[in-house]
Amino acid sequence: MLAFTLRRAIQAIGVMIAVGVIAFSMFRFAGDPVNQIVSLDTPAAEREAVRKSLGLDDPVPVQFARYFGNAAQFKFGVSYQFRQPVSNLLMERMPATLELAACATVFAMVFGILMGVYSALRRDTILTKFFQAVSLIGISLPTFLIGILLIYLFSVTLGWLPSFGRGDVVRIGWWTTGLLTLSGLKALIMPSITLGLFQMTLIMRLVRAEMLEVLRTDYIRFARARGLTTRAIHFGHALKNTLVPVITVAGLQFGSVIAFAIITETVFQWPGMGLLFVQAVQNVDIPIMAAYLLMVSLIFVTINLVVDILYTIVDPRLRSTIRRPA
Amino acid sequence: MTVPVLSVRNLEVEFLTRRSTLRAINGVSFDIAKGEVLGVVGESGAGKSVTGLAVIGLIDPPGRIAGGEIYLSGTRIDHLPPEEIRRIRGKRIGMIFQDPLTSLNPLYRIGDQIVETIRTHMNLSETAARKRAVDLLAEVGIPAPDKRIDAYPHEFSGGMRQRVVIALAICAEPELIIADEPTTALDVSVQAQIISLIKRLGRDHGTAVMLVTHDMGVIAETSDRVAVMYSGRIAEIGPVQDVVQNPLHPYAKGLMGAIPTLAGEDKRLVQIPGSMPRLSAIPPGCPFNPRCAFVFDRCRVDRPEPLKHGSHAVACHLFDTTPHEAAKETAA
Repeated sequence: MLAFTLRRAIQAIGVMIAVGVIAFSMFRFAGDPVNQIVSLDTPAAEREAVRKSLGLDDPVPVQFARYFGNAAQFKFGVSYQFRQPVSNLLMERMPATLELAACATVFAMVFGILMGVYSALRRDTILTKFFQAVSLIGISLPTFLIGILLIYLFSVTLGWLPSFGRGDVVRIGWWTTGLLTLSGLKALIMPSITLGLFQMTLIMRLVRAEMLEVLRTDYIRFARARGLTTRAIHFGHALKNTLVPVITVAGLQFGSVIAFAIITETVFQWPGMGLLFVQAVQNVDIPIMAAYLLMVSLIFVTINLVVDILYTIVDPRLRSTIRRPA
Repeated sequence: MTVPVLSVRNLEVEFLTRRSTLRAINGVSFDIAKGEVLGVVGESGAGKSVTGLAVIGLIDPPGRIAGGEIYLSGTRIDHLPPEEIRRIRGKRIGMIFQDPLTSLNPLYRIGDQIVETIRTHMNLSETAARKRAVDLLAEVGIPAPDKRIDAYPHEFSGGMRQRVVIALAICAEPELIIADEPTTALDVSVQAQIISLIKRLGRDHGTAVMLVTHDMGVIAETSDRVAVMYSGRIAEIGPVQDVVQNPLHPYAKGLMGAIPTLAGEDKRLVQIPGSMPRLSAIPPGCPFNPRCAFVFDRCRVDRPEPLKHGSHAVACHLFDTTPHEAAKETAA
C-alpha cells in the first residue's frame, strides 16, 4: 500500500515537471515579456536593464530551473497588470473558487446519486421520466446559458437571489468564506447549480446505468435468494458496488469543476481564480496564466492520487493486487 | 404418509414477450420428501432452472407463474405476497447457483455476508451470528474458518467459494435446498467434493434437495429419484437406479445412451437427432415427436400425460395401455 502510494506520488511529480515546462515555455512563445512591461518609447538600454533585473538574459535552462524552483515554493513572479506577486493574487482568489467548486460538487453528488438510484429502481415512474428530461437539459445546454437563464429568472424577474458577486464574506486567517453569512450563502446558490448541473447529470446517468448493471448480477440474484430485504439489497449490496466507478468519475470531475469554473465565474462575476485568469488572458499577463496552469494541474494530479487511494479502500480486490504486484 | 417437503402441482410458467406468450413450464408436477434428493435433468432450455426459480419465487417479469400450485411442507407458497415469500427464501428454502465466482458480493467479507443472512432470518446477536457463521464454514469444510471468515470472496478458489455459497444457503436450517447446476462451473475433482458435501448435508439435517443439472453422472451419484425434463414438461420421473438402468421414455433412453462408459466396448455413443424445439415453436402433441424414433400418429396430435408405469411415471403414448380416443375416431 505504501509502495503503491509512493509510486503514484513519484508519477505525480513527473507530471508536474512536464506541466512546468509548458507553463515556462509560455513566457518564451507569447512574445518578449519586456515589451509588455515597458512602454513603447523606452530606450534600448533601459530595456536591457529591465531584462537583466528580471534574469531574462540568462540561458534558458537556468531560467527554467529558477522558475521551477520558485514555483515549487509557490512563488510565481510578479503580475504584469497588478504589479503584485502572483501567489498573493491567487491565494486571495482561491477560497472563492474552491468554495464554489466544493458546493457545486456536493450539489452534483447528492442530487446525481439520489436521482440516479431512484431512476434505476423505479424505472417507469413519471418522476424518473422527469429526471431524464432534466439530465438531457443539463447535458446539452451550455453552462453560460444556464447561468444567464437562472439570473434572468431568479434575479431579474423574481429578485430572490443576487445576480453577481460573493455577497458578504468572513475572513478566517487568509481564507475568506461566504459560507457564514446569509448573503454569502444566497450568492452561492446559482453559481453552484450552474457549475454543478453538468456533473450532476453525468453522475445521475452513470449511477443509473451502473445500478441497472449491478442489479442484473448473480450476487444480487443470490442476495435475493438468501431472502435479504429489498432495502438491504438495494442500498447495501447494489449501491456500494455502483459507487466504485462513480468515485473515479466524481473525483476527476472535481478537477474539471475547478478548471471550468472560469465560465461560471465570468457569468456571475465571481471573484475567483477563473475570473483572474480571464482577465490575465485579456491583458497577456503571462505570470498569472502560467501560475494558473500550474495550480490547476496540481489540483488535478492531487485528485487523481486521492481517487486511486480511495479506490483501493472501497474495492478489496484492488488492495490485494497492490500488495502483491504482478 | 407424511407431507412432502416440496410438492409442485401442474406448475405453469409463462414469459410475456412483445409478440406472444411463451410457456416455459407446462404442467410440471413432482414431490420431494424429507431427506430426499431429487435430480432434475434435461437439455439447456428444458425448464429445469425456471422450475427451481419458480419454487423460490424469483421469476422476474416478464415471466410469471401462470398456473398450478406449490406447497412447502403442506403450505401453499406460490401466491404469497412478495414480503412473505422473501421471509421464506433463505430461511426455509436455500438456493445454490451455478457460478460460485459471481454469486458472492465482491466488496463484502464472506463473514459479513453470512452474518447478514443469519441475522435476517434468525433472532441472533452479532456475536452469536458470527459464531454460527464460523461453525457453518467449518461444516462445509473451509479450513481455519475462524480466520477465513474475514477474507473477501476473491481470496478463495472456485470450489471454496461454492462451499461458502452452500454455507450461505444452509445458514438458517432450510427444509429445502435448490441447487441449480452447483458443480457445472467447477473442476471435476472439486465437483465430487461438492456433490458429497450436498449429499452429506441433506442426510445430516434431513433437508430435501432439488438438484438441477444436465450431468447424468452427478444425478446417478447423488439423487434418490430423478426427473427428466423436456421442453417444459417432465418426460419421465422415477427412482434413480430404475431410470438410469431402464429408461422408458425414448428421450430418457437417448440421454442415458449418450453417457460414455469406462467399460468401453467400442460402441458409438447414441445421439438424439435434432435439437429441442424453441419455446415459440413447440409442436402439437408430444413435444419430442419430431426427434423420436418410435413416433406414431397419436404422438402428433395428442399430448401425453405422465402415467404410472412400474416404479416410474412416464409421459409417452408407447406406455399408455388405455385405448386412445383419436385412434377410436380413426377406426370408426
